[in-house]
Amino acid sequence: MKQAAGRGAPLVPATVLLLVFLFGPILWSIYAAFTNTSLSGAGAAHSQFVGFANFTKAFTSNGFLNSVLLTLFFTLVSAVIGQNALGLSLALWMRRAVAPVRAFGGAVVIGAWVLPEVVAGYLWYAFLAKDGSLNAVLERVGLHPQDWLFSLPILAVSIANIWRGTAFSMLVYTAALSDIPQEIEEAAEVDGATGRQRLFHITLPMIRSSIMTNLMLITLQTLSVFGLIFTMTRGGPGTKSQTLPLYMYEQAFSFGDLGYGTAIAIMLLVVGSVFSLLYLRMLAPETT
Amino acid sequence: MRGRTFGAGLIAVGLGLAACSSGSSGGSASGGGTTTIKVAYQQFGEGKVMANFLTSVKTQFEAANPGKKIELLPIVASENDYYTKLALMLRSPRTTPDLVYEDTFLINSDIQAGYLKPLDDYLASWADWSQFAATAKGAAKGTDGKTYGVPDGTDTRGLWYNKAVFAKAGLPAEWQPKTWDDVLTAARAIKTKVPDAVPLNDYASKAAGEGTSMQGFEMLLYGTANQLYDASSQKWVVGSKGFLDSLNFIKTVYGEKLGPSPQDATDAALGNKVTQEWFPANKIGIALDGSWLPNTWQPTGAKPWPQWATALGQAAMPTQTGQAPGKVSLSGGWTWAIASKSPNADLAWKFIQALQTPANAAKYAVEGTQIAVRSDVAGDATYTTANAKTPVFTDVVSVTKYRPAYPEYPKISNQIQVAAESVMTGQETPEQAQKAYDDAVKGIVGNDKTTTQ
Repeated sequence: MKQAAGRGAPLVPATVLLLVFLFGPILWSIYAAFTNTSLSGAGAAHSQFVGFANFTKAFTSNGFLNSVLLTLFFTLVSAVIGQNALGLSLALWMRRAVAPVRAFGGAVVIGAWVLPEVVAGYLWYAFLAKDGSLNAVLERVGLHPQDWLFSLPILAVSIANIWRGTAFSMLVYTAALSDIPQEIEEAAEVDGATGRQRLFHITLPMIRSSIMTNLMLITLQTLSVFGLIFTMTRGGPGTKSQTLPLYMYEQAFSFGDLGYGTAIAIMLLVVGSVFSLLYLRMLAPETT
Repeated sequence: MRGRTFGAGLIAVGLGLAACSSGSSGGSASGGGTTTIKVAYQQFGEGKVMANFLTSVKTQFEAANPGKKIELLPIVASENDYYTKLALMLRSPRTTPDLVYEDTFLINSDIQAGYLKPLDDYLASWADWSQFAATAKGAAKGTDGKTYGVPDGTDTRGLWYNKAVFAKAGLPAEWQPKTWDDVLTAARAIKTKVPDAVPLNDYASKAAGEGTSMQGFEMLLYGTANQLYDASSQKWVVGSKGFLDSLNFIKTVYGEKLGPSPQDATDAALGNKVTQEWFPANKIGIALDGSWLPNTWQPTGAKPWPQWATALGQAAMPTQTGQAPGKVSLSGGWTWAIASKSPNADLAWKFIQALQTPANAAKYAVEGTQIAVRSDVAGDATYTTANAKTPVFTDVVSVTKYRPAYPEYPKISNQIQVAAESVMTGQETPEQAQKAYDDAVKGIVGNDKTTTQ
């Protein structure tokens, strides 16, 4: 017993640091979410406990509901559908491709992933802006210029996020696919299974747990995307691309309402947990 | 695997949460002891008028007070970000500046937050204070009756128009619209005949911050039968026709494409574009803006443009239908205030006095194109010469009004910006935006503090 305690001793500083710097701010957030603490005005001098007022305010506010819907759209379109499907397709395609194509394709996709978020956001802004490169190309071939950053901002940021995040899914699936024994696929082929049948009855079931893990990770990453959207649209125009992290930032730092902002953060945490639990349920093996 | 992934997920979310909630301001200048005064002010874009002025006073001050140092802390940020960064700095004694440049609309909120120090003891023994106009003295007064800031000028608002663009559009060189419709008619003429110029700029974005609330929206609202705040019942006005009409004006401007393009209209640097790019290049017809615009075009300004006085015309903003008094203006202004957590308040006060010697006050009033709030500055020859170039903006002092600068005002102002942007982008109808505004105001001040007038 004594020996065990002695062995644990070197871990104490790390544990303490973790508690102070990781759980400290989280605990403070939870506390602040129930107060009216703010950057200026009465809430800055003497913040008061306001119970669930911040949460009631959120659920009765159109701005919050708008942000929740946009967040779900952004997550579903750009992560669950976009990054996931595209990543899987690329991984499947690259398995067949000849080595030089594979190397080149991989480099391009991963290049997008390696770029810092803000740089990626700015590139997409420059691409889609009114005087951007896409419009220059469209005009040259005689097509109408687009204004997606203004008319379809949530779609524009979703596309940018797919572009940026696909590499992660591709890497996960490439690793998973390489674990499938060649013999099984060959056996299916010999038995006359078509490519489509092999995909749905052999390949996908065998990488099922990787799919779920990947979905969970990219969902959580996408839920908290801030820099990309902030750089491209700042959540606007109006609130047309204001997902929860941007809504939270605006309330807390532009409007100075720290208490309400942290309440939004707590709810974002809950949304993330709900998604995680959902995936965990789906991940549970049917048979051991 | 399961537990680990789930835990990792939670931690990832938690990290994001922690990163978003812990507001660190950074940049605390350590050391310095008790002899350095840190002076915080806003600087955005190319404008260096304040920086140049402060540098010249800093040199005088340091020469006159050996051993004392002035450290200028320009906060490089757009309007709303400036207030946020300032508030974050003021929260902690380790990051607080000693002297802060505070907009009068925000000062009551910051007074209530306990960020500022009352100056009454200093003012009592300061002879120059008697030079200040009564309205200016009131601008920085808290609800507790104490004074927290020394104003360095005020401003008015109205219409600037480009005479070259007007000539091309067939509009008169001397122009004074009588109603909102006159303004829109002129803008439509410019749109048809001068397609490469923005017909009319009316700030309506969240990014323009208080500029949207005051220049873009309240200049309209205060020209209707309604206002933001009913002084007799001491309640905030909701559901007024004037509010709806003002939003409809914004809808017309942006719906008919009489305003800047959506991308420019939502850009935080729109103000700089209007003054530094569009006006000198004849790319804009009319701007509903402030009396201070020419400070950009001074020899010391961001875009020296000596011809501005003849190239641009000035007109008072008309009331909605030309009803009395026929024109409308709003006034704000900035003040120098001392941070309550400042360890060097006495020295900071000395620096305020240095900023406000009659000579320096006049210098800033001229370089910053301010409307003087001190009677000695108002009589100063350089000031009166400079001021003569903006006759309309000086004239509207007779009708100018002030914002209801109560502690709640900044929050209400934010909601005005939200309403204006949602109408400007077409996301909401003026009716929807007004309803959202009304609900938000009720949430901010409480149901019993609102009136439908």
